[in-house]
Amino acid sequence: MEVRRDVFQAIADPTRRAIITLIAIQAMPPNALAEHFNTSRQAVSKHIQILTECELVKQDQQGREIYYSLQIEKMKEVDQWINQFRKIWETRFNQLDKVLSTMKKNKK
Amino acid sequence: MKTDLLFDFTVDKAAQTVYINREFDAPQSLVWDAFTKPEIIDQWWAPKPYASKTKFMNFEVGGRRFYAMVSPDGQERWALQRYTSISPKTNFKMYNTFADQDENPELPGSEWDFKFSEHNGTTIVSVTIYNESLARMERMIEMGFKEGYALQMKNLEELLATLSQK
Repeated sequence: MEVRRDVFQAIADPTRRAIITLIAIQAMPPNALAEHFNTSRQAVSKHIQILTECELVKQDQQGREIYYSLQIEKMKEVDQWINQFRKIWETRFNQLDKVLSTMKKNKK
Repeated sequence: MKTDLLFDFTVDKAAQTVYINREFDAPQSLVWDAFTKPEIIDQWWAPKPYASKTKFMNFEVGGRRFYAMVSPDGQERWALQRYTSISPKTNFKMYNTFADQDENPELPGSEWDFKFSEHNGTTIVSVTIYNESLARMERMIEMGFKEGYALQMKNLEELLATLSQK
């Protein structure tokens, strides 16, 4: 089976969501990042690898250290998906406004 | 008519829950009727150009509503809702599943909670939808907006199905 790599895969895991939250604030080297988690360094590293494959995390070399930073643009894909859902409810409730307005008139 | 009506929409993907708050410029009893009487629900539930068609609805605890979203080209997508709790005018809960045309539910489903409260002549409706899977959440979207998003949604459906198998 082909491995799925995109933003939805990225946010499907709680550790990866925590990593995203941390590096959204500032870029971090692997050691500093791993200190925030109780899991092994390898486990964190595996999540970073998935996030990189999902194009959500970028690596920058700064001197001897590698820094991980978040690709904010990519997170917008989640927004777009949620917006479609929001739109349904907006439309639905705007229709209900009209129905209620008619009901009010008929009662008078 | 009031135009600055409240509308909040939040999706908590971790909790697989959607929260919607909406204010309506109408008394609580009227809004309650609009959510609980099939002939009124069918007037607004489906985002146009879709239509909502309720085949039957028994609004009582344990009772069910069986309805379809009908696309402009006549395609029907059926869903079953079973009422699990009703407190007249203030709250009702239901369990929602997609279904085939013979009322066979397709699990998993979602739990819906509707709360109604009136403040100075306007009514606030708070909807909480808990989905048993992320894939389910995606199908709820697909049900309303198939056209135009078809390809995109198909990809997403496959993706979320993969995720939910973990």
